[in-house]
Amino acid sequence: MDHAEILHRCFRCGYCKLPGNHVDLNCPAYLESRFETFSPGGRMWLLRAWRDGELEASERFQRILFSCATCANCTEQCVFPKFKDRLLDVFAAGKAALVEAGRVPPAVRDYLTAVFDHGNPFKLPPKRRTLWAEGLDLPRFDGQAYLLWIGDVGAGDPRGRQMARQVARVLQRAGIQMGILGPDETSDGNEAAALGEGELFSHLARQNIARFRERGVRRIITLSPHGFNALSRLYPAHGGDFAVFHYTQILARHMDRLAPPTGGPPLAVTFHDPCYLARHNGEVQAPRRILARLPGVTLQEMDRSGKNALCCGGGGGNYFTHLLGEGPDSAARVRVREATATGTAVMLTCCPTCLAMLESAAVSQNLDGRLRVCDLAELVMERLDGCS
Amino acid sequence: MKDHGAMQRIVRELAAIVGDRHVSDAAEERYLYGRDMGTMPPAPPDMVVLPGTTAEVQAVVRLANRERVPLVPMGAGLVLSGLTRALAGGIVVDLKRMNRVVAVNDVSRYAVVEAGTSQGMLQAYLKKHHPTLKHSLPDAPPMATIGGNVLIHGSGHMSCAYGFHSDMLNGLEVVLPTGEVARIGSCAVSDYWFARAPLPDLAGLFLGWAGTTGIVTRLAIKLFPRYPFNDVAIFVADDPAVIPDVLGRLTAVQVAEDMTAWMTPKPAWAAGHQHVNICWGGHSREELICKRDLLRAAVRDYIQARTAGFMPLPPPLKKRFTRLPDSQLTTFADVRKGGGFEYVGAIMPVDLFAAAYRLGVRVAEARGVAYSLGARIIGANHCMMFFFAYAFNRADDADVARAQGALEETNREVIALGGIPWKAEAPAQQAILARMDPSTRELMARLRRAVDPNGIMNPGNWETER
Repeated sequence: MDHAEILHRCFRCGYCKLPGNHVDLNCPAYLESRFETFSPGGRMWLLRAWRDGELEASERFQRILFSCATCANCTEQCVFPKFKDRLLDVFAAGKAALVEAGRVPPAVRDYLTAVFDHGNPFKLPPKRRTLWAEGLDLPRFDGQAYLLWIGDVGAGDPRGRQMARQVARVLQRAGIQMGILGPDETSDGNEAAALGEGELFSHLARQNIARFRERGVRRIITLSPHGFNALSRLYPAHGGDFAVFHYTQILARHMDRLAPPTGGPPLAVTFHDPCYLARHNGEVQAPRRILARLPGVTLQEMDRSGKNALCCGGGGGNYFTHLLGEGPDSAARVRVREATATGTAVMLTCCPTCLAMLESAAVSQNLDGRLRVCDLAELVMERLDGCS
Repeated sequence: MKDHGAMQRIVRELAAIVGDRHVSDAAEERYLYGRDMGTMPPAPPDMVVLPGTTAEVQAVVRLANRERVPLVPMGAGLVLSGLTRALAGGIVVDLKRMNRVVAVNDVSRYAVVEAGTSQGMLQAYLKKHHPTLKHSLPDAPPMATIGGNVLIHGSGHMSCAYGFHSDMLNGLEVVLPTGEVARIGSCAVSDYWFARAPLPDLAGLFLGWAGTTGIVTRLAIKLFPRYPFNDVAIFVADDPAVIPDVLGRLTAVQVAEDMTAWMTPKPAWAAGHQHVNICWGGHSREELICKRDLLRAAVRDYIQARTAGFMPLPPPLKKRFTRLPDSQLTTFADVRKGGGFEYVGAIMPVDLFAAAYRLGVRVAEARGVAYSLGARIIGANHCMMFFFAYAFNRADDADVARAQGALEETNREVIALGGIPWKAEAPAQQAILARMDPSTRELMARLRRAVDPNGIMNPGNWETER
């Protein structure tokens, strides 16, 4: 497998299990399981044992590999500078080897099959891919300043669709000229890459890049940080040379174009940084700049925020595969409890995967009614419209 | 050795105690929990269990007694000397689900924590909720547990002022090998965990025993004022023979919280020198400066004779030396690009500093092993934990064997010098026992038989009757 030459260099010191301020466990798979095997270091050692023939690719081994949420806390916190940046590449390579060997959990297999057969994991036919945009008067992309890229979860998850509508509305209100691909949009492949299905990812990347070029797309706004990651960081290796922005980056620049918010009653909120925005791509300021422009809204940070944020547990395909489970120690449930500990009643994020994961967790945690989970764009629209 | 059917039944019973999710006899857990980061050969358990409460630990211990199955208590598993390997199989009891800070008494300055609470999490908890208090942190990664470190007689960044971490222990809750829960220290009598005095001190039954006398589930440790101002100085000498005197002078001032010597062949500027890091704090800049002046005055003779002196330290370097925990120490594991190091941490009188230094250099150079040497001073020069750290490449069997040989030789030589290896590997424990006063060894054996009649607790460690 690729990157095998660094497997033995992991000391298993455990920095990767914690955020930078050490307040609590920050690796979703380890947090949920608590077995050393599910920690990043455990994965490194097990991969080496498997490569050396000391372990089989059992169902548990597969689960250990594929339950990694690719949140990048390990790469952020690892203290070995000479290989820390490659940890997720190692895990992806391990998963790729399992994919190649046909030894993957059924949920992973089903996810990949759906993306391969339907172009998206929800098995949406093309015309249903635009359900989220009904009534929004959003044109197909035809040379506008930006392409708005919605991604799978924004198009397929009911909560993701609500978010997508509000993001599109707030960008429209800010005067952003944009179009969508509509039924021609397919998966961006971020999760396929994270799950080790490199060929599928390459196919999707090349296909999407070709579509962008055919239509003359130069600048792209993504709804999801996952799509942002794929298009901005992974596509260049396949020839993609587009300017890619997460929607919060565009909105933060253009908040002054919005009608002065009439505001609403004072509102304390907390903000959950999506891993693919904060850790993978270093963007922690844009969402906060937006919040700072909302009169009456105050931000109460959680103990873990920015690059120290606890993942929602939905990355690495776990939103679809549910390998991390939904028990009380699942990352999403721990995260909503952490949000309530700030004393706020509103938990914001800016990722459809996080939104769906955290809202579901709030229900499981019996916090619905006490903790409202919503997207940043939804709050902006509410404050612009003067209602809260 | 039980048959497969019996083991499966035990797994099911464990699952009934802790829940299905928290027990495993899978090959993956058996593989990983059977080894640590050091050089000791693997010894896999039959299963691993993750209890969440003292009652669950109690139930696990009772089951293990009934079935005569060994139990291996484990904190973070960062001891490096193989103490949590399952030398006779059985059940590894990973305590890290028990990681709650139970109480902090900021008047009497102690914290009660579950044994699996990590150093980093307690540090963060205190910073947030009790910002004027701190605990003594070992030079270990932040996942190291409070329980594990105290129970092995660890030391840390306040040991120069207050001794071993076991000296900072106020009390324990422990599940005895026969399943009873005992409280040790003031908590046995009072709701407060303020001290081990004035009772007969039973804590010694569980300190340094490598998990062979029970499973500690809670403990109380002393907390100390957190200074808002902190400083560090590095005193450098070339002759190791002068270091005991230097340390004696510096500790006599009694202002340092931590004093640690270090000697390393790399980087080149450090080679051949004896460095002594001195850390202290103050409630004001004036106090900080006053303490600095006292320390300088203590070693003025050396400075005036130009045989030693303080190293100039720019602020960024000071920050690196006062950062806690210091993650750079962990990176020694990558010196050989191989993810491994282990050290002999020898508890020794400070008198033996020069001999220990020469021993470390001789062993490492003769065997071609990458090394780093140093010593943490415990108390006012009362003793030191002299460490002989040897790095190895985990992927190179010959390199691992070289490091293992260096460790074995160092252990032997340390004992011959008059020191005692700390958290010793099982073979080094035997070397210590061979040198031990026979009556002491017999007392250990009698105590062990008395508290653990079925011999289930971490067998293979401190085997006095081998």
